[in-house]
Amino acid sequence: MDIDLITNILYATVRTGTPLILVALGEMVCEKSGVLNLGQEGMLLMGAVVGFMAAVTTGSLFVAVLLAIVAGILMSLLFGFLSITLVSNQVATGLALTIFGAGLSAFLGSSYVGVGITGIEPMSIPLLSEIPIIGKIFFQQDPLVYLSFILFGLVFWIFKSSQIGLKIRAVGENPEAANAMGINVHKVRYLAVIFGGAMTGLAGGYLSLAYTPLWAEGMSAGRGWIALALVVFASWKAERIMLGAYLFGAFSIMHLVMQGLGFEVAPNLLAMLPYIATIVVLVLLSSDHMKTKLSAPMSLGVPYRPQV
Amino acid sequence: MNTLKTTTGNKMKSLKTLVTALTLSATVMAQAADNVKVGFVYVGPTGDAGWTYSHDEARKYVVDQLGDKVETSYVESVAEGADAERVIRNLAAKGHDLIFTTSFGYMNPTLKVAKRFPKVKFEHATGYKQSKNVGTYMARAYQARYLTGLVAGKMTKSNVIGYVASFPIPEVIRGINAFTKGVREVNPDATVKVVWVSTWYDPAKEREAAETLILQKADVLTQHTDSAAVIQTAEAKGKYAIGYHSDMSAYGSTAHLTSAVHDWRPIYLAKTKAVLNDNWTKEDLWYGIKEGVTDIAPLNDAIPADVKAMVLAKKAALKAGTIRVFDGPVKDQSGAIKVKKGASLNDGDLKGFGWYVEGVEGKLPKS
Repeated sequence: MDIDLITNILYATVRTGTPLILVALGEMVCEKSGVLNLGQEGMLLMGAVVGFMAAVTTGSLFVAVLLAIVAGILMSLLFGFLSITLVSNQVATGLALTIFGAGLSAFLGSSYVGVGITGIEPMSIPLLSEIPIIGKIFFQQDPLVYLSFILFGLVFWIFKSSQIGLKIRAVGENPEAANAMGINVHKVRYLAVIFGGAMTGLAGGYLSLAYTPLWAEGMSAGRGWIALALVVFASWKAERIMLGAYLFGAFSIMHLVMQGLGFEVAPNLLAMLPYIATIVVLVLLSSDHMKTKLSAPMSLGVPYRPQV
Repeated sequence: MNTLKTTTGNKMKSLKTLVTALTLSATVMAQAADNVKVGFVYVGPTGDAGWTYSHDEARKYVVDQLGDKVETSYVESVAEGADAERVIRNLAAKGHDLIFTTSFGYMNPTLKVAKRFPKVKFEHATGYKQSKNVGTYMARAYQARYLTGLVAGKMTKSNVIGYVASFPIPEVIRGINAFTKGVREVNPDATVKVVWVSTWYDPAKEREAAETLILQKADVLTQHTDSAAVIQTAEAKGKYAIGYHSDMSAYGSTAHLTSAVHDWRPIYLAKTKAVLNDNWTKEDLWYGIKEGVTDIAPLNDAIPADVKAMVLAKKAALKAGTIRVFDGPVKDQSGAIKVKKGASLNDGDLKGFGWYVEGVEGKLPKS
């Protein structure tokens, strides 16, 4: 394989990993606060459809991205209201959110199927993009990819060295103790859930505005679920999420490139792997013992009822 | 999750149904019915711009044509398997006279339900099992594939044509072979590179497969998956593309050369009318260019006039039956002759395709 081909594979890898990074980082913050939101797929589709509709009606991609984020936030608020305020079961609520999002997005987008738009185009960053190889791979992407770098930095910093990060973790590990320390558990959880919604909405916008600028029902094709698994595999660490998402991206790209080069691969086997991984993770997460081993937030998925 | 959606031709319908029902109950149902309920089971969402979309367009056409003589309902995104049986039985129990089940995986569920509802007629798309009240129908999409292959062979400059494929089943392999046959007929130096994505539907993955093919010098792309992502990618990269299922020109007016399309309208209308007139019979329909069930979308103006004329002439010849797509000599990848000159593949061979013709690059994965 020549260097050009490798550069091209890695370039595509970054693009493929980006929606996963956005969703997984958002969900990681959410889970760190003790809330498990399985509604990612639904929020992703809502972000995608609203972003696309906005792009068609307003003609502004900037407004479209903003509205995709707003759509994600609204969905997450619905989830937050049910699971935090009304203390409903998080798993069931999350699943309901996925079904709801898939249905609502199909309904809203039905007249936008077959409409074409000019999507968000790659934009080279001056100087940085001229670095050999690295420049092409990381700095000739589209603006949302750059935004994913920045958001990664933000989340990394939050948990590395900020007060906010400590508060979120306290709430996720032991909400009673956090409450005793004067932290408003519900407020922190709401903010974490909203952040997750915004990130997933943005990822949805990335899919329908930059990655494949079109709207089609169910276009996220399971990426929300893969991102959920990724959070666990990354054991709730931002840098590992980044790495994992790119690794996943590289695998799926390699799988396609190898075929074109004439290697024999079992396409269905490779295509199955991420989903098998997802199932394994969901099974592991259902046991308390495994949660400790995986260093999951101790109160993940446990609703908090404040003592009145 | 699958909700039943019912469409009626006329708003006065309920009154009319009441009147009809009263008359019918009085006269006993011996003569032809003057109102039929037709149900459709779809595997995908009606908004997929692909397979399911093409079926739903035909459903709407039937409603347009027959007005208040027909009432249609559909259930979309029905998973193949156990759930399908429940949905089909539900439609039958709700008094539908004719039910179209539009995906291969509905075959056994359809037969099972049909046994219990002998008065209801069933039509199953792409299957091979019939029974007393179950007919099958299918489109000879490979004919349109062949015609689009002629276009691709003439339009490629790099002599590499990219094909994004879903799963290595006979239907898909037949499409690849017919397409390649067309390509090689007009351009013996060109090859068709196939990349399998192992999904019917994942726009992002389809895009990446298209990009991969472009990197490997493909300058004309086509796909046997359900989204239009391949067309879009070609448009963005300044390459050509050929769509599938429905006319995909909206996704890339420059790139889109043509599409191989399905048109189920003739079948759906004829079958509904047959039930209306009480002369429905079980058939195994495999309709193509001749019957108008398979066709190509309007040819892009980028295609030179002589090429257009050649393609249309071949289409006319297919229609007239003077040529067939797999007329010999047909060679396999190793160059060995599989079909001798003067011979052709029969329908049985076509339905069981398990090898690549000469000109396809890469090895056929085991399914």
